[in-house]
Amino acid sequence: MESYIWLIPVLPLAAFILTIIFGRWWIKEQAHWLPILAMAASFGLSIAAFVQIRGAEEPVILNLFKWFSVGSFQVPFGLQVDQLTSIMLLVVTGVGLLIFIYSKGYMHGDPGYYRFFAYLSLFAFSMLMLVMANNYLLLYFGWEAVGLCSYYLIGFFYHKPEAAAAGKKAFIVNRVGDFGFGLGVMLIFVTFGTLDYTGVFEAVGQGQASNGILLAIALLLFMGAMGKSAQFPLHVWLPDAMEGPTPVSALIHAATMVTAGVYMVARSSVIFAHAPTAMWVVGGIGAFTALFASFIGIAQKDIKKVLAYSTVSQLGYMFMALGVGAWSAAIFHLMAHAFFKALLFLGAGSVIHSMSGEQDMGRMGALARRIPATWITFMAGGLALSGIFPFAGFWSKDEILGATFKEGVYIMWGVGILAAFITAFYTFRMIFVTFWGKETRSDEATVKHIHESPKAMTVPLIILAIASTLGGFLGMPGQLNVLGKFLEPVFAVADEVLGREAERIVTMDVVLMAISVGVALLGITMAWYVYVRRAADLPEKLGARFGIAYKIVYNKFYIDEFYAATFVRAAVDGSRWVWKHFDELIIDGAVNGMGWLWQRGGTAVRPIQTGRVQNYMLGIFAGLFVVMTVIVVVMFA
Amino acid sequence: MMLTILTFLPVAGALLMLIFMRGRPNAYKMTALVTTIITFAVSLYIAAQFTTGDASFQFQEDHSWIGNLGIHYHVGVDGISLLLVLLTTLLSMVAILGTWNSIKDRGLAFFISLLVLETGMIGVFVSMDLFLFYLFWEIQLIPMYFIIGIWGGARRVYAAIKFFLYTFAGSVLMLVAILAIVWWYSRHGGFLTFDILTLQKAGFNGTIALWSFAAFFVAFAIKVPMFPVHTWLPDAHTEAPTAGSVILAGVLLKMGVYGMIRFCIGFFPEVAVRAMMPVVILSVIAIVYGAAMSLIQPDMKRLVAYSSVSHMGFVTLGLFTFTVQGVQGAILQMVSHGILTGALFMMVGFFYDRTHTRLIKDYGGMARPMPVAAAFFSLFVLGSLGLPGLAGFVGEFLILVGSFQYYKVFAAVASIGIIIGAAYLLWMYQRTMFQQANEKWLSLKDLNAREIVTLVPLVGMAIWIGIYPHTFLNMVDAPAQNILTQVQPYLAQHGDGLVRMVSALFGGAK
Repeated sequence: MESYIWLIPVLPLAAFILTIIFGRWWIKEQAHWLPILAMAASFGLSIAAFVQIRGAEEPVILNLFKWFSVGSFQVPFGLQVDQLTSIMLLVVTGVGLLIFIYSKGYMHGDPGYYRFFAYLSLFAFSMLMLVMANNYLLLYFGWEAVGLCSYYLIGFFYHKPEAAAAGKKAFIVNRVGDFGFGLGVMLIFVTFGTLDYTGVFEAVGQGQASNGILLAIALLLFMGAMGKSAQFPLHVWLPDAMEGPTPVSALIHAATMVTAGVYMVARSSVIFAHAPTAMWVVGGIGAFTALFASFIGIAQKDIKKVLAYSTVSQLGYMFMALGVGAWSAAIFHLMAHAFFKALLFLGAGSVIHSMSGEQDMGRMGALARRIPATWITFMAGGLALSGIFPFAGFWSKDEILGATFKEGVYIMWGVGILAAFITAFYTFRMIFVTFWGKETRSDEATVKHIHESPKAMTVPLIILAIASTLGGFLGMPGQLNVLGKFLEPVFAVADEVLGREAERIVTMDVVLMAISVGVALLGITMAWYVYVRRAADLPEKLGARFGIAYKIVYNKFYIDEFYAATFVRAAVDGSRWVWKHFDELIIDGAVNGMGWLWQRGGTAVRPIQTGRVQNYMLGIFAGLFVVMTVIVVVMFA
Repeated sequence: MMLTILTFLPVAGALLMLIFMRGRPNAYKMTALVTTIITFAVSLYIAAQFTTGDASFQFQEDHSWIGNLGIHYHVGVDGISLLLVLLTTLLSMVAILGTWNSIKDRGLAFFISLLVLETGMIGVFVSMDLFLFYLFWEIQLIPMYFIIGIWGGARRVYAAIKFFLYTFAGSVLMLVAILAIVWWYSRHGGFLTFDILTLQKAGFNGTIALWSFAAFFVAFAIKVPMFPVHTWLPDAHTEAPTAGSVILAGVLLKMGVYGMIRFCIGFFPEVAVRAMMPVVILSVIAIVYGAAMSLIQPDMKRLVAYSSVSHMGFVTLGLFTFTVQGVQGAILQMVSHGILTGALFMMVGFFYDRTHTRLIKDYGGMARPMPVAAAFFSLFVLGSLGLPGLAGFVGEFLILVGSFQYYKVFAAVASIGIIIGAAYLLWMYQRTMFQQANEKWLSLKDLNAREIVTLVPLVGMAIWIGIYPHTFLNMVDAPAQNILTQVQPYLAQHGDGLVRMVSALFGGAK
């Protein structure tokens, strides 16, 4: 296995290098081939790795070369594959491959076609490095590199000011999170003297660090996760990131990159298991975000914004799972979410494509008959997101809610159920407003032009729809939990620390499932009642009734405005004030004052003030010479 | 002989140009370029022959020069100076190629100045005699002063005089300190010498050490420049022509740190350890302050200039933590800052050549007419903001690891500088390269072959250092150990002086 795993990230890297150098002048419209082939090959190799790693007790480690070697700070450029990595590899390469193929149709004819595929390949490389790293510093490398690709791809339509600003915002907000991550990495090194996963986890197990230090490490790492996985209060960049092309939203801002925080916390399960307080924080932030973001999802008009807040909310669920130590449930939801959210985004892309670029749901409607393939697959995704039996989201969300209930964190369970209700409501609000209705609320030319998307786009949709429908059976509760079993070796240590045992189905499980499905169905019914039956223009009435509340939710609780008025302003205006009043007035004032003194003193000898720098130079050197001579003479005479 | 050849090659080229090529721009430009290429090749040859892992000076040449004053012509390199020599020869070459057509007026004098400057800079790094060091230090001041004062922008005279006053104040202090310690040594140790290695073993202490350290330190702090003696830098950078800015940021600032390593720490390790905390605090202030100032600069060159204050703050921070990661990180950060900031100035120069403005607000959407330039620019911007995989990250992270071991709070505050770093660089990039294209610039030509060739070595270095820093860390490993051995005896004694007070203030603990 050591012989080939390095190829998994390297192939997309090669595709990137070739495409970025030769794309502009040579490859041009054929730019999709290299990236797609590289991705397909990586996918094949990931499957091979998956088969081989099954049941292995120890991870496979491959150190490529020394990266850092300074004193005791030894960090290799090393890769590692274990069960967790192999699941991530399958998700990244599998969903990635489908989205690459989809992009061939979606981006067709764009002037930046080669650039798009080059960035996608670079992203694939970075993301694969992120999940394959065998130490925290290389994880950080992948972590920052995916952020960079995200920056490039959000700002892909760079001439749009919103897109350029959104890319920058994403990068900077992530940097705020990475501030914590970076310090966490340093603290790990200073505490344990190594950054390799195996070494660190072993040292944690041996109790080499105090609880306070472990808590600090866990919280600092989680700060990074909050940035990358868009958890409150660092969630603000993700909705703006929708300025990027839709395949990017699907791949980076739904299926893979944003789940990196979940992966990182799961990877560090041993550390978190030793820091119960940190787990409370993780779970608490996750639960709050899940509910908070789902609220905002109700009021959005842009179809991609609904999905963006939905992603934030679903990531919250994953952190909720991590917070109660249900590691494999989090990874299960990560996988299921990758399927159905990629599907929904690509479906939304197909809708937007057919509507000549329209994203406002208020100008859609009655699309079901016009674009049936998109509609059916979108429904599958919507049902999965709402958690309806037997779609993937049902199983994964239920495992999380079940875990919170069994751990006795009933408030978290309650929040989860409430969020599930809202999720079903906003999902079907979106579906009803987009696909139902009598006529499309758009101009004539657009309506005339509505068409189903090409094969390159619909085939990935169909495959993802199948995965979203059947994928859940990998993680059925109890003994049938194939995924949980597969991941067992990775989380064994953490589970032992927390004293968790293998689960069996009890009546309680069935009751809980019934409740969550019931709640989801209620949400769907309500959406149907409000948006399809339209009991005398209910939405408008409700909107008028709850005017202020609606406005607050629609404006995302004004968090962006708050940041702009506080942090951004403080940084910019504060810096400007210091520049004008300290740098220029005080320091430079002193310097210029000195110069002025010289000049005043010099009025007496004005004739030699010719204003020519050469003359000053001469004077200065003459002076220097005199000073030197005097000193030397005095000292040695 | 190799080092002497290396040092005086550029001047030889300059003489050739002066004598034979008046009024023949193509001939003298080509000669200048070829001279720097040969110089670079010679420095590479020396690097190839260099034994890494050996802390002692290699390629030494020692001839008595002014015998009765104990002044020798003594040169030699260790890993640190060799790395800086390589940086000098590389950037000199790049600077000449990059400003091929930018200088319209008195070109011969300009290129001669650049070559003399190169000799001065190499001389500073290879000198092993204090007198020789001082001589080269002053020699490189003169061409730089002319480069800013003659070929600079609108406020060039103000900038040049400010540059000169600041640096000259430092020079005078340094001269006094040099004479003082030479005199002290001749009184106490026995004989009159300017030899750096001999003086390093002298073991200065008491008042003489304290005051000489202070004088040297101020002289070098101005050069770095450290907060609060940095205000010459934005003016000098902004008014200097492109080549001047590249060399100024790329090499001249490093001479300050180099001096700190050789003299402040080399001669007075005990005082250096005592000064540790104040220097670290000033460095951390410089990191955040420089970044904050960059955030609001309307002028691209001023922005990059203030960012240098921030990045050089990292260097002094790392150096004065006296940890192996901090010191090696500091040296590597010098090189990567030289490469990346040099490259950023080069890019701004390329844009300026086309648009004749440096103001950010005059730009916008440049990625459309100049996609290749935008791609290069983004790479340097990312390297500069410390993206892992590129040069800036390696040094910065090592420095942070070093300072984290010293006092966590400093690493945390310095990390804030990194956040602001991302903000000012990306904001600048967004406003210049992205957004609505400015109609005026739509017809601009993208980078030509010469300009691309200029940038390629810098890109290569940025990636090389980022992915495989080992090559360079190997070179500085032994000398860095050397520095640490010098300060080791005093660390336990004084390393904590101011610490308790500050840690009480921040609630931090070791």
